[in-house]
Amino acid sequence: MNKIKLTLKKAPVVVLEAEVITPDHFLDRSNEQIRASVVYHGKREKRLDDFFDVEGERSDCIEIHGDLNRVRHVGRAMTRGEVTIHGDVGMHLGALLNGGTIEVFGNAGDWVGGEMKKGKIHIHGDAGQQVGAAYRGSMMGMKGGTILVDGNAGIEVGMRMRRGMIVIGGTARDFAGLQMKGGTIILCGGAEIRTGAWMQRGTIISLKELALMPTFAESGAYNPTFLNVYSRHLDALGVKLPYAEADGRYRRYSGDRGVPGKGEILIWEPAL
Amino acid sequence: MLRITGGTVYDPANGINGEVRDLYVEDGKFVSSVAGGRTIDATGLVIFPGGVDVHTHVAGGSINFARAMTPEDHRRTQAFIRSQTRRSGLGGMAPTTFATGYLYAGMGFTTVNEAAVPVLSARHTHEEMADIPIVDKSCLVLMANNEIMLDLLEAGEFERAKHIVAWHVWAAKAYGVKAVNPGGVAAWKWGKNASQMSEPVDGYKNTTPGSIVTSLAKIIDELGLPHPIHLHCNNLGAPGNISTTLETMKHLEGHRAHMAHLQYHAYGGDDWDTMRSEAAQLAEYFNAHPNMTTDAGAVLFGDTVTITADGPWQHLLYKLTGRKWGNLDVENETGCGIVPYSYRPSNLVNAVQWATGLELLLLIDDPWRVFLSTDHPNGACFWRYPEIIQLLMCADFRKDCMAGMPPEIMNRITLPEINREYTLYEIATIMSAGPARALGLGQKGNLGIGKDADMVIYHKDNDIARMFGHPRYVIKGGEVVIEEGDIRETPDGSEYLVKPSFDPGTDEFLRPLFEDRYCMSFENYPVEMERIERAEVLPCIATE
Repeated sequence: MNKIKLTLKKAPVVVLEAEVITPDHFLDRSNEQIRASVVYHGKREKRLDDFFDVEGERSDCIEIHGDLNRVRHVGRAMTRGEVTIHGDVGMHLGALLNGGTIEVFGNAGDWVGGEMKKGKIHIHGDAGQQVGAAYRGSMMGMKGGTILVDGNAGIEVGMRMRRGMIVIGGTARDFAGLQMKGGTIILCGGAEIRTGAWMQRGTIISLKELALMPTFAESGAYNPTFLNVYSRHLDALGVKLPYAEADGRYRRYSGDRGVPGKGEILIWEPAL
Repeated sequence: MLRITGGTVYDPANGINGEVRDLYVEDGKFVSSVAGGRTIDATGLVIFPGGVDVHTHVAGGSINFARAMTPEDHRRTQAFIRSQTRRSGLGGMAPTTFATGYLYAGMGFTTVNEAAVPVLSARHTHEEMADIPIVDKSCLVLMANNEIMLDLLEAGEFERAKHIVAWHVWAAKAYGVKAVNPGGVAAWKWGKNASQMSEPVDGYKNTTPGSIVTSLAKIIDELGLPHPIHLHCNNLGAPGNISTTLETMKHLEGHRAHMAHLQYHAYGGDDWDTMRSEAAQLAEYFNAHPNMTTDAGAVLFGDTVTITADGPWQHLLYKLTGRKWGNLDVENETGCGIVPYSYRPSNLVNAVQWATGLELLLLIDDPWRVFLSTDHPNGACFWRYPEIIQLLMCADFRKDCMAGMPPEIMNRITLPEINREYTLYEIATIMSAGPARALGLGQKGNLGIGKDADMVIYHKDNDIARMFGHPRYVIKGGEVVIEEGDIRETPDGSEYLVKPSFDPGTDEFLRPLFEDRYCMSFENYPVEMERIERAEVLPCIATE
């Protein structure tokens, strides 16, 4: 398949704003046009090929190699295609994503999938803070789509998210699901403190014990039917979510009563 | 020197309706002929006088606070990157100062009137206006809740109140006087509002909103300010406020007045569920009373941030929406409230507001008395004016828009029955010639010989919003500032002031009141003339 391959040849000294690296932008452009795309190195306007070797043209499939720690806004607002990154990537990866998939074989910075609407992002390493969150001042975080993080995630996972799903394979830090308004967060490795603070609606599922805030009220233990469906969906994405009664059950907490909110936190209790 | 040949000219101030004329410019003014210089071939293009915005909020404490309150908007909006000819900036709901100038000029507007300035933040307002490039500017000082003036009116000292108003206009280096919710904002400081025109304002025995309106209109007429009282009525936004608005208009009989954003004052019904448009009733009264002008304050759907000196209303809006609340303390002068807001077509109240603004523009017969505005950024951002022009010029487009709205609104509005479509001549009147005349800016909105050479040249286009959103050329003071969507030159605009006469003893009257009650010393209060960049002091109208 026709592919565009970018290889970082010179690490940027300061942050490189590279929102042009999207399938939408590359799709109808020749190799020369792609090379000439404008990126901002700090405040200075540069060409994409000042930093990257570019192979291929006119494709919505992009493969990037190199340590992109200081490269921001990759895949911003893209609506289609694939971006694969072999190496670490900087902040705002797939922010405002509206379709397509992004896969990172490495770690990602803060604001992965910030305010995204559609599509899928898979980080094989760790993610930074504010995964799928709302930007400062904004009413809503991610509104749809899926974010999978195999490793750990920073604070405020899914802050103000409205719909969609976030799966964190490792541990999430403080304030996972802060002020959540809907959607689902699955914490395979549990989380640090203040999980679900200010949540209004939505579901947080943890496969490990959580230190819950006193504003969450225990409201029974059961095996919710919807988890059968979720589990099957997640299976295809390579995530194992237990649901069978034989294996255990979920303790349900509702809150955050301090708001007051109608969200729920489900904590997996394996059968003895 | 510049000649523009072969264009189809719409110049309502001189009664020119779509005639092919050649225009000549020298030293920033229109002249009858020039020798040499650049020639622009405008054959097949449409020429308007540069737009004039009679009511907008683009500089000062409150809009600046609104910028800070909406960081989320900054990342999704249009960014201006610094270049040879322009500075960096951001568009969006509350554009930054430089971007404000670029965006206004970019759609052919060359004069803007900042409608609400408390003297306490006037210095800040002028600093920001100096940073709005290209357009000419003026501003209005907020007076209707100034407690020093209210105390004088209460005591029956009309003459001294007049000197106080004139003193404040000059202290703020303003061009006119704005009245916001007369008495209501003063009452708000006691947790109240003033919703009845003939009931005394809290804290006063005789002073009513009605008496404030009449006195202030009389003061402004007697001072001979070029722009009449610029009035934001009581009960803004409230269902059933049509009665207050009509009563206010009766208090203005015999005086000149500009009724600001009348859309927000034209509702019937008893509560949010029964709210309906009374634009037809209001337009009927308005059509019969030629002492008034108005701007529509039209609403377009989308996100924005509402800003007004009407503190009580804004606090109610904050309670209704649960969004952010911003307030600045302006002491004895006025109030302030800032609340981000989203107008949605699915919301019955918002849909009625949308229709009411358009109904007013369509039902008021005389385009010389109703002007294009959204009360930026309250009803929508100013850079969306081309969308309103499209709605005014295409009845079919209005019908298409209404098709997507809740069917319940149909018996609350009259818009579906209105087939009027604006002509280009009428559009030129409401966006330029009319507001220039209402502001008393004789040099503006006029392509006649000797007038300021501000004009905008459009491609003819069936897509009206595109036509007015993307002028071919914009010429300000004889300089081509916009050409085919690019900013070419960024000259600095003038600032218009007036200096009404007042008793030289006014300083000594005010000084002790200041030392008792204000946070700043009296000497630091008035804005110095040296603070105003490119000031032009215009004369007051001679009165007997």
